Amino acid sequence: MRYVSEFRNPDLARRLIGQIKEECGSRTYRLMEICGGHTHAFYRFGLVDLLYPSIELVHGPGCPVCVLPTKRLDQAIAYALNPKVLLATYGDMMRVPGSRQTLVEVAAQGADVQMVYSPLDALALAQHGPEKIVIFFAIGFETTAPATAVTLLEAKRKGLKNFLVFCNHVRLIPAIIFILDTGKTAIDGFIGPGHVSTIIGAKAWRPVVDQYGKGVVISGFEPLDLLQSVWMLVRQIKQRKPQVEVQYRRSVRQEGNPIALGLMEQTFDIRETFEWRGLGWIPKSGFEIRDELALWDAERMVPYEVTEGREPRGCICGDVLRGVRKPWDCPLFGKTCTPQRPIGACMVSSEGACAAVYLHGRHSHRVRLGLQEKVPPETLTHR
Amino acid sequence: MKEEAKDCNSDRLEAASGAREHKAIITLMHGSGGLATHRLVRDLFLPLLTNQWLEPLNDSALLSIEGTPLAVTTDAFTVDPLFFPGGDIGCLAVHGTVNDLAAVGARPLFISASFVLEEGLSLDDLRKIVRSFADACRTVNIFAIAGDTKVVPAGKGGGLYITTTGIGVPIRDPAPSASHARPGDKVIVSGTVGDHGAAVLLSRGQLKLQAALPSDTAPLWSMVERVITSCSGVHCLRDLTRGGLATVLNEIADASRVTLRIRENQIPVKPQVFAACELLGLDPLYLPCEGKMVFIVAPEDADQALKLIRSDPLGREAAMIGEVTAEEPGLVLMETALGGLRQIEMLTGDPLPRIC
Repeated sequence: MRYVSEFRNPDLARRLIGQIKEECGSRTYRLMEICGGHTHAFYRFGLVDLLYPSIELVHGPGCPVCVLPTKRLDQAIAYALNPKVLLATYGDMMRVPGSRQTLVEVAAQGADVQMVYSPLDALALAQHGPEKIVIFFAIGFETTAPATAVTLLEAKRKGLKNFLVFCNHVRLIPAIIFILDTGKTAIDGFIGPGHVSTIIGAKAWRPVVDQYGKGVVISGFEPLDLLQSVWMLVRQIKQRKPQVEVQYRRSVRQEGNPIALGLMEQTFDIRETFEWRGLGWIPKSGFEIRDELALWDAERMVPYEVTEGREPRGCICGDVLRGVRKPWDCPLFGKTCTPQRPIGACMVSSEGACAAVYLHGRHSHRVRLGLQEKVPPETLTHR
Repeated sequence: MKEEAKDCNSDRLEAASGAREHKAIITLMHGSGGLATHRLVRDLFLPLLTNQWLEPLNDSALLSIEGTPLAVTTDAFTVDPLFFPGGDIGCLAVHGTVNDLAAVGARPLFISASFVLEEGLSLDDLRKIVRSFADACRTVNIFAIAGDTKVVPAGKGGGLYITTTGIGVPIRDPAPSASHARPGDKVIVSGTVGDHGAAVLLSRGQLKLQAALPSDTAPLWSMVERVITSCSGVHCLRDLTRGGLATVLNEIADASRVTLRIRENQIPVKPQVFAACELLGLDPLYLPCEGKMVFIVAPEDADQALKLIRSDPLGREAAMIGEVTAEEPGLVLMETALGGLRQIEMLTGDPLPRIC
């Protein structure tokens, strides 16, 4: 298929892997891939094994579903349980466990929850079903935030009275700075996310280089993109010349996407602080809906009342998201926590580090450790 | 607006307190054909109903009545929409039943069906569906010998559900079974995977994608008959339905206590299906098919079996996609096109599109 197979050429991949290994010599480089899409691709194409032991990948906080704290999800579930409300959200969100249940489960009990592919589809639901209050449960980084911005402006233009947005959009760079500030994670460099960077631009990564001396290569999502990015990053590190480089040139510009940034500027303010699962409260890391659009803001129109979200006991999603520990360090991984019955958010989304390792990487991990026995059969537990 | 919102809030608290008495319930995931479906069958149905005929959990049960061997299967069809490119729920019900019989090497003879109709269904649509059911029966030379209809109130059914029972006669002893794969055997798939899943997903129209992509719904008995009468080394047959190739391979690996090793670049996938999956973040290995069979064949018979499958009009794109090994019981491994190795798990929950 054009525009895909070119980026999956096995011969070029083999050559790149050879070059990377040669460049690395006997050293192991620890690179953080921030984006959940990258995590998934590294495992899906079997690249993790092929790069081992020259490259150790540290999974970062770039899976939007994974970093949402339980409390916010509980609030969305509470909205959904209201018979007057239709809650619309992205498919990834449906199976994430809240303190008590998931959106799929409340839907099975009769709550009106619908999966949409775009917030504009949620807006259409509000237009065609005026008897319900449609709340769009908005999550994601700067990648999905512009679509929510357009939808909010559309809702205002149309004067829709039965449409609200529960805004949980987050900003990536503050989270990366936060991880660097805590200093717990040993990282040699970053593989930057292609989609977020398409919006915010390569220049948004300057602080990571200027203040922390870490190199960034913004990468595409195909195997050759990722391999080329790893090679570029290793060279940067070896030459001790950290900089922001763009491998994903067919999409990412220095200044980002001015139209998308303009739309976000019109609709969102930056929150003083926002809570991330596993990372805690991070200053300036979330978006909230501007005062002019308060009539479409679920948080203001239906005040926030869920008190404490229960994070699952024993789950180390937080450490996994910070890159401090690996999925298999978790006592629940593959035992009580599986994609079938996920306990932590990192196991739910296919972009979560735990799900990626469980689905595609368990075999190689076991082989590496010389553990040939099958992971114990998961037990069905209801929390 | 503000007042409405306040109302909304008080109701919400009530509802939230009710939700505390939360019990395990059926969700749509239990119908995906993947791990949740398996658990439901294994943990709830099997312990209550178990007997020697049900226990093997093959596509059809094998019985013997006064010395005459019989194969019996039962299946329910709930596809949405009722009419999709390449078929409809009527022919789908016949093909699904016939293929379940074919998977134990049984010649299909009879079918019974009950039609659960939703109030409001158009008689024209019903007639079209029953005609398609009848045509499909004629094509594979089976007879509809019993039936039933029920009507449920509007809003309580998806237009029309069909459940069938199929009866056939096994022509091979021992019958092919999911537990008969042996190290050294070859894995053959009879054509491109994921066509039905992708066609139905696109025909729902929610994705605003269009592609010339018919479902692959088709009866596979004549293909299977041709192969099993000429090759004695066909150890397992399994038709690919819900859960797709990945799930079926896991079932075989588990039932036979072997490893299946497949190669990504040899699995046939239509370019339209590949493109739709790339766009939506889905994996063709997990999309359902309704006219494809997996054959696990002894190495000495594999080339001959592949030739015979390819000589059938429904098997032109058949491919040998891997081998059975003794590495680790119950494991499915895929060598990726780039030379990496990836474990293939069963489907866990409905495949949902990713957001970025």
